[in-house]
Amino acid sequence: MSTQDQGEAAPRRPAIPELLIGLGMLAASAVVLWQTLAIPVSPLYSKVGPTVFPYITAAGMLVLSLLLLFAALRGGWQPEEEKATPTDWWSMFFVVAGLLANLFLIRPLGFTAASVIMFVLVCYGFGSRRPLRDMITGLILALSAYFGFAKVLGVNIGAGYVENLVSSAIRSIGG
Amino acid sequence: METLTYLAHGFTIAFSPTNLLWCLLGTTLGTAIGVLPGLGPALTIALLLPITYQVAPEASFILFAGIYYGAMYGGSTTSILLNTPGESATIVTALEGNRMARSGRGGAALATAAIGSFMAGTIGTLGIAFLAPVVVKFALAFGPAEYFSLMVLAFVTVSAVLGSSAVRGLSSLFIGFVIGMIGVDLQTGQPRFTFGVTELLDGVDVIIVAVGLFAVGETLYVASRRYAGKDEIVPLKGSLYMTAQEWARSWKAWIRGAFIGFPIGAMPAGGAEIPTFLSYALEKRLSKHKEEFGTVGAIEGVAGPEAANNASAAGVLVPMLTLGLPTSATAAIMLSAFQSYGINPGPLLLTTQANLVWGLIASLFIANVILIVLNLPLIGLWVKLLRIPAPQLYAGILVFATVGTYGISQSPIDLLILYLLGAIGFLMRRFDFPTAPAIIGMILGPLAEQQFRRAMTIANGDWTVFYKQPLSLTLLTLAAIGLIGPHVWNYVQSRRLKGQRAAPGDA
Repeated sequence: MSTQDQGEAAPRRPAIPELLIGLGMLAASAVVLWQTLAIPVSPLYSKVGPTVFPYITAAGMLVLSLLLLFAALRGGWQPEEEKATPTDWWSMFFVVAGLLANLFLIRPLGFTAASVIMFVLVCYGFGSRRPLRDMITGLILALSAYFGFAKVLGVNIGAGYVENLVSSAIRSIGG
Repeated sequence: METLTYLAHGFTIAFSPTNLLWCLLGTTLGTAIGVLPGLGPALTIALLLPITYQVAPEASFILFAGIYYGAMYGGSTTSILLNTPGESATIVTALEGNRMARSGRGGAALATAAIGSFMAGTIGTLGIAFLAPVVVKFALAFGPAEYFSLMVLAFVTVSAVLGSSAVRGLSSLFIGFVIGMIGVDLQTGQPRFTFGVTELLDGVDVIIVAVGLFAVGETLYVASRRYAGKDEIVPLKGSLYMTAQEWARSWKAWIRGAFIGFPIGAMPAGGAEIPTFLSYALEKRLSKHKEEFGTVGAIEGVAGPEAANNASAAGVLVPMLTLGLPTSATAAIMLSAFQSYGINPGPLLLTTQANLVWGLIASLFIANVILIVLNLPLIGLWVKLLRIPAPQLYAGILVFATVGTYGISQSPIDLLILYLLGAIGFLMRRFDFPTAPAIIGMILGPLAEQQFRRAMTIANGDWTVFYKQPLSLTLLTLAAIGLIGPHVWNYVQSRRLKGQRAAPGDA
């Protein structure tokens, strides 16, 4: 009986992370409602205008966020193994740093250079300790992505120094 | 027997040299991304969507279908050798397959998975060819109200019935709805959910959503879980040839798996997990070697679920081609490829786009033949892919994510949206929200809204139109049962088992 009591008592404690997720969902439904109220409605479409579905969505999200909060207050829903593993913030920090570097450098430096920097940072975050090798791997990958993938698909990604350098090299060899 | 005539015509299209090449490319790429953890068919097809501006619809759909089928084959290799299911549908394959690999029978496990996939894929594709025209006959009678109700049913089954939690599945679906509504409303021209940002007027591209949720979100998740430890690759031992006894134990499981998988996949509910679990349970019950389950690995436990998985993947294409109803993330992205060509999948697709549909179905048969060659004699090649170290793999995925996103309009705003979605994807992955409903909600939500408004306009704003028509009423009732039924059932069970604790976790 005592083990059952523990089973009853333990999950009753509110789970903070899940509570935050529920609050986030609640905030999201408020934003959806706010943006729905901002949709201008012409009287011509008063029957089923552009706001009917957004209202349904906002109401649905509100109900769901309350249900999530309810579940969070009753102990949350994370599986034990998920809770038992601590989050590797250091690793995540480098991945996020890589993503942000890419975001801010892709305009000024071009796709390849920005990608190489992201590649090295993400590799470091994942535990690779050979940045020079990663840089070369990243360069080969970014260039093949640029010349292979992007050109074949007809996608135009911003060219920077590296791309122009390689392009002119190819042109001078080719003709 | 006009199906056979159409199918013969389809083969003349699929056998053209260029289309064969597309099929070969798709199946090879599909196997590769299926093998690699962290990449899936939905993400890959999303990244390749720009190809729809370059080539004929037949070519890109043959490519996409090759990727779709190939990923199913490749996924089983990873499950068996690495015990990391690449996709939720191969969880069951990992159960027995990895145990077989550990006890030195990895070769036989891979063989039964590949041959079973071939058998089930072929049965499933035959199923598409013969079932699709039948569904079309029904679907022609559908009006906007019935379509809307059918979509509601699909929403409920995809997010609430299948999966661990109805609330979290529906949350994911509604997030998808919001993303799908961003942009200018097509009927009235009013901007919605744009927050005054001009870049959002065109809506959020499905590429960004898929890449954000699957690639960026997944990478962040894997990075955050590095303390969880790694799975070891089990070296491939033993011959790929199955013994007579292994054949005898496999073939019935393949057939049973295929006949469980295809109908479930073809229902407007989708989901490949349920049929694999059903097949596993069935094989376990019927097996004469029960002691091998969960110990050294039972070959039936690989053969059946693997067949069920592939047959249900084929089945998913039925509602998608005949009703325009995607029930998996990959199918939803394929639907957006149709939209990119200005084609609306629906009951008319089989007649107006006969070349495309029958060429595609024929190419699926060819894809299966190519895939069994790729995945048995050449298996050693794919095992090598598993040795790509995680740092370079995930960093590389992010490079391709950038190409796919930045290539849309060379706007850093797109990258910012990508990262925001990546953060949402990470939280969803971390807190066990399924991501597929978000993609389905984003693609299918606007279509549901369109049908809803069309039905309401025809009925002059009379809400009763949805429950006055018997078919529509039936579909909505089924949806309601799917939503409420399990809770009522749980309540009844918990009342009956009073004293014992009811199963926790359905948040």
